Amino acid sequence: MIEARHINKSFDDNHVLKDISIKFRKGITNLVIGQSGSGKTVLIKCFVGLLEVDSGEILYGDHNFSNMTWKERKEIRKEIGMLFQGGALFDYMNVQENVMFPLTMFSDMTPAERLDRVNFCLERVNLPGVNKLMPSELSGGMVKRVAIARAISLEPKYLFCDEPNSGLDPQTSNVIDNLISELTQELDITTVINTHDMNSVMEIGDQISFIYKGEVWWEGNKGDILKTGNKEINDFVFASKLAKSIK
Amino acid sequence: MKFITDLGRYLLLMKEVFTKPDKLKVFFRQILIEIQNLGIESLGIVIIISIFVGAVVAIQTAYNIDSPLIPLTMVGFTTRQSIILEFSPTMLSLVLAGKVGSRIASEIGTMRVSEQIDALEIMGVNPANYLIQPKVIASVFINPILIIFSIAFALFGGYLAAITTGIVTTHDYIIGLQSWFDPYTVTYALIKTAVFAFIIASVSGYQGFYTRGGALEVGAASTRAVVYSSILIITSNLILTQLLLA
Repeated sequence: MIEARHINKSFDDNHVLKDISIKFRKGITNLVIGQSGSGKTVLIKCFVGLLEVDSGEILYGDHNFSNMTWKERKEIRKEIGMLFQGGALFDYMNVQENVMFPLTMFSDMTPAERLDRVNFCLERVNLPGVNKLMPSELSGGMVKRVAIARAISLEPKYLFCDEPNSGLDPQTSNVIDNLISELTQELDITTVINTHDMNSVMEIGDQISFIYKGEVWWEGNKGDILKTGNKEINDFVFASKLAKSIK
Repeated sequence: MKFITDLGRYLLLMKEVFTKPDKLKVFFRQILIEIQNLGIESLGIVIIISIFVGAVVAIQTAYNIDSPLIPLTMVGFTTRQSIILEFSPTMLSLVLAGKVGSRIASEIGTMRVSEQIDALEIMGVNPANYLIQPKVIASVFINPILIIFSIAFALFGGYLAAITTGIVTTHDYIIGLQSWFDPYTVTYALIKTAVFAFIIASVSGYQGFYTRGGALEVGAASTRAVVYSSILIITSNLILTQLLLA
């Protein structure tokens, strides 16, 4: 489990995260939703240590991540996989080298074992045989899937996904959503997904936290979200006239 | 005030850069890749510029010798001294600051804005160490070798000028090249080049590493890398010359 306790984060006078306390459970897909600029990405960056919180604590199991030194964090980070919005594949490496990179850096596997693991991960994301392609030769959906393969190559305990569907068509988004959901159950990991895609919410939203103006405004699951009377979340979920009329 | 902030950030980054690499095998492979990217790929432009500048220096020197009391062997001697003491180490380092510095800054800057550096950090890799240290070490190693090539080809350029223009006989030119040779001038040139190489790679790495924004900012970081490296090369040239030759 991952937990945040009373975290605050400001940029100059802009108080982005306001006393946020939140828990992400293992084996389910935990979704963080909210409008653009609500603080979702800042929250996820605080969780992985790309941004430091001003106050409060972030806990990975029993370990207080906020107080750790770089060396201590390094050990936790080996257990973290992250899928970035744009994939963040290394441009100068081909697919195989990208997926193999964490294994090369942090495992004692032989080259043959590493290659087996790369092939296994690529097959798991339904991309067998693309080992030698460069990131520039991949479609948006393929980039995301290779990034997932890289994120799971070291068998992480925690998987963070920042807008995994941005720039993808609805069908490919669905494939990515279901892939993340399946991997979460298969590997029994704690998965946190940052999204504002309502299709994802309805497809894989086991646990949903709605962030509004830097605060946790509402928590529930995909069943609850359609029934809630909360005005802000209804405005977010049923944003279009069509959705409002259906409701 | 901004200068002091930048200097502090640069020194803190260098502290991160010069830590023990995560995996030595990967680190040595990265150094070899950077030697290829930053050094070997610059050999062509180094040779072309050196040949032509060597020829021009020889012609200009001959043109300025109008007293019959000055022997024409001075053309070779002056060309050699100009090339070894200043042209090859300083002028070519300025050229390399443009070619290599912009490459380093734009490469690392692009990695920053496309979240590749964040990806490294989350994996537990020290990105400053992984990305910048091999570039600095490769540059400090390969640039002096490039400068040796530059010196050789510039002197050859002077020789070609002697043959094609007839401003001086090849015999006089070669006698001039061999006259009053002090090997310390080459040591001085190599020390200067190594210092300049460190400046180019580290300043450009710094500019790239702290890029924020998008494509426009990557371009701006690349320009800053070239401008700051060039200014630092020129100023440190004066200091090193005073320290090593005075």
